[in-house]
Amino acid sequence: MKAFTVETGLVAPMDRANVDTDLIIPKQFLKSIKRSGFGPNLFDELRYLDEGQPGEDCSQRPLNTEFPLNFPRYQGASILLARENFGCGSSREHAPWALEDYGFRCVIAPSFADIFYNNCFKNGVLPIALDGATVSRLFDEMYASEGYQLTVDLRQQKVVTPSGEEIPFEVDEFRRHCLLEGLDDIGLTLKSADAIRSYEQKMRQQSPWLFDVIK
Amino acid sequence: MSAKTLYDKLWQNHLVEQREDGSALIYIDRHLIHEVTSPQAFEGLRLAGRQPWRRDANLAVPDHNVPTESAERAGGVAAIADPVSRLQVQTLDENCADFDLVKFDINDVRQGIVHVVGPEQGATLPGMTVVCGDSHTSTHGALGALAHGIGTSEVEHVLATQTLIQQKMRNMLVRIDGRLQPGVTAKDVVLAVIGKIGTAGGTGYAIEFGGQVIRDMSMEGRMTVCNMSIEAGARMGMVAVDDTTLEYVKGRAYAPSGKMWEQAEAAWRDLHSDEGAHFDAIVELRGEDIKPQVTWGTSPEMVLPIDGYLPEPDSIEDSSRKAAVTRALEYMGLAAGSAITDIRPDRVFIGSCTNSRIEDLREAAAVVKGKKVADSIKQALVVPGSGEVKKQAEAEGLDQVFIEAGMEWREPGCSMCLAMNADKLGPGEHCASTSNRNFEGRQGIGGRTHLVSPAMAAAAAVAGHFVDVRDW
Repeated sequence: MKAFTVETGLVAPMDRANVDTDLIIPKQFLKSIKRSGFGPNLFDELRYLDEGQPGEDCSQRPLNTEFPLNFPRYQGASILLARENFGCGSSREHAPWALEDYGFRCVIAPSFADIFYNNCFKNGVLPIALDGATVSRLFDEMYASEGYQLTVDLRQQKVVTPSGEEIPFEVDEFRRHCLLEGLDDIGLTLKSADAIRSYEQKMRQQSPWLFDVIK
Repeated sequence: MSAKTLYDKLWQNHLVEQREDGSALIYIDRHLIHEVTSPQAFEGLRLAGRQPWRRDANLAVPDHNVPTESAERAGGVAAIADPVSRLQVQTLDENCADFDLVKFDINDVRQGIVHVVGPEQGATLPGMTVVCGDSHTSTHGALGALAHGIGTSEVEHVLATQTLIQQKMRNMLVRIDGRLQPGVTAKDVVLAVIGKIGTAGGTGYAIEFGGQVIRDMSMEGRMTVCNMSIEAGARMGMVAVDDTTLEYVKGRAYAPSGKMWEQAEAAWRDLHSDEGAHFDAIVELRGEDIKPQVTWGTSPEMVLPIDGYLPEPDSIEDSSRKAAVTRALEYMGLAAGSAITDIRPDRVFIGSCTNSRIEDLREAAAVVKGKKVADSIKQALVVPGSGEVKKQAEAEGLDQVFIEAGMEWREPGCSMCLAMNADKLGPGEHCASTSNRNFEGRQGIGGRTHLVSPAMAAAAAVAGHFVDVRDW
C-alpha cells in the first residue's frame, strides 16, 4: 500500500449528501477480477452521458459537461470534498480503488459510512471527517477560488487552507500508523499468530461445534 | 460482573488480543465467500505466497452474477451468456479448487444468495462471528451472531489470519414493542426504523433489535430486519437468542447434534443483553403505529407509509435536504405532493437477500392467489433465495400460484436487486421491489426503485399501483 504522509493538492467537489458506493462505482464494473483500472469509471453514471461497459475505452465516450469533475478547473484534483454519509451502501472496495485510481488521495466530508471508511485506509486513501460547518466553509472557499488547494498532513493531523488556517482532525492511532508507513496489516497480524492459535485451542475445547464441520 | 449487552458478549468471546492503541484482534468463526468481492483477495494470497489459515471456516457460493432464467441456468457456468459474469463465476470455482475451500456449485440445490444459504445450512450459528465481502452480512445477526460486511482487503485478511483488526462499536437498542397490524411485516418494521433514524442513524453502532414485535417474529422476519441494518448505517444488527432461534437452527446440515447440541444450546442461552446493560442510544417504536411502507426516493430513508404523500421541496427549510428531495423527485419522475398510491410500477421484483425466503414467498403468493398481474406491468419476477427455498415453494405449489397470476418463476440468485446479471430495469421504469436499496441506477441505469414488503409488491403487481395490503 502507498504510504500517506502529506498531500497538497487541488480540491474538487462532490456536493451531495448520502453518496453511495453504487454511485461511486456502478455494479457492471464489479465484474472485474482485478484491483486496478477503475479510475475511468469513477462516478460513471454522473460523468458520462452513455451507459458504461467494463473494458470500454472511456476516452471515446460522451462526457456530461455539467458534472464538476469534468470541469477544466478541477482536472488533476487529489482531494475530494464531500457531504454527509459519504460511501454508504455496498461494501465494495472497488469504491476506494476507483477513487485512488482516479488520483484522489483524500476525501473530506462531515461523516462517512463505516465500511467505506475502513476500506479507504486499506488503500492509501485518507478519509477525514470534519464538522459540517467547517466542510460547508471549505466548499464556499473552493467555489470562490479557482485552483483552490489544501494541504493534508497526516503526521500532524491537520488540514491547512491557502490562508494558513490549520484545521485539526481525528484518526485512530492504528490506522494512522499503518497509513503513514504504508504497512500491510496481514503481515502485522501474523506477528500475533501464537495468540490466534492459543485462542483456537481454547475454543476447540469450549465450542467444538465451530470446527471441522464444513469440509 | 457488570451487565453486558449481547454485542459486548459476542465481542468479548472473540477477543484474541486487545491492543494499547485501541484496536483489537477479533477471531472470525465463519467466512462466507461469493464471486464479486473475492477474486482480488485470492490474488493477494497468491502474490504473498499465503494459504488460508483454516479451510473449514470458509464456505463459498456464487450468487450475484448467476443467470436466473432456467434455460440459461441449466447449462451451468459454461452457459452463462455474459462473458464477464461467466469469468467471475469461473474464477470463484478455480480459486476454491486451488485453495481447497468448500463451494456450492451454481446448480447445487444448496446454492443461493449467500445470506439465505448461511442460516439455511446451519453454516451460520448463534454466537459466531460471521463475515463476508458483502454489506448485507448483517442478516446473520438474526441468529444472535456478530455478523457484518467487509471489504476485499479484509476478505484477504480473514483468509490469511482468521481474524480482523477491529474497533469496538457503540451499542444501540432498537426496541419495537406492542404488536403489528395484520398485513404489516418485518420489511415494514425495518423501513419504518430507517425512516425514523435515517440512513446514517446507526453509523458507528452495533444495533440490537428487541421488544415484543421482534420476539414474536419468525427467524425469516428477523433476518429481514437485521439485513437492512446497513441501510440504517449500522454494519451489524442482531437479535437475542430465544426458542425461535433454537428451533430454527436445530437439525440444519452444519448445526451440531446430539450431545454437542446440548452443549451448544447451553452456551447459546446466554446470548442476550443482561438486565440493566448499558446502551449508548435507544430508539423506540410501537408495533401498532407501523403501516405498510413504500420508499419514494433514492435513499432508503426516503420512505412513507402507504397513505402518505410525497414531500414538497418548497416547504423544506434545510437547504441540503431541500436539494436532496428535489433531486430525488426529479430522478424518480414523481410530482411533489402526490400520493404514494398513485405510483404505478412497470416491473415487480420479489427476491433478494432481504425477502426471498419461504415465508416471503408464501406471503406474496397469498396476495396474488387466484388473481392476475395488471396489464400495465411489463414483468413480475419471483426469484427464490436458494435452491432449497425453490424446492420447498414448489412442494407447496407456490410456483404455480405465481405462474397462474402471470409472474415469472426463476432460479435462485441476487438477480434484479443489483442487476449484475441480465435482470434489470430500463431507464425511467418504476419497480416495486422487495430488495434493500433504492439508489440511483441500482437496478439498472435510470431505473426507479420502490422498496416494499413481498405482500405490498404482490398487491401492486395485481392492482397496477401501490395499494394498502391491509385492505386486501
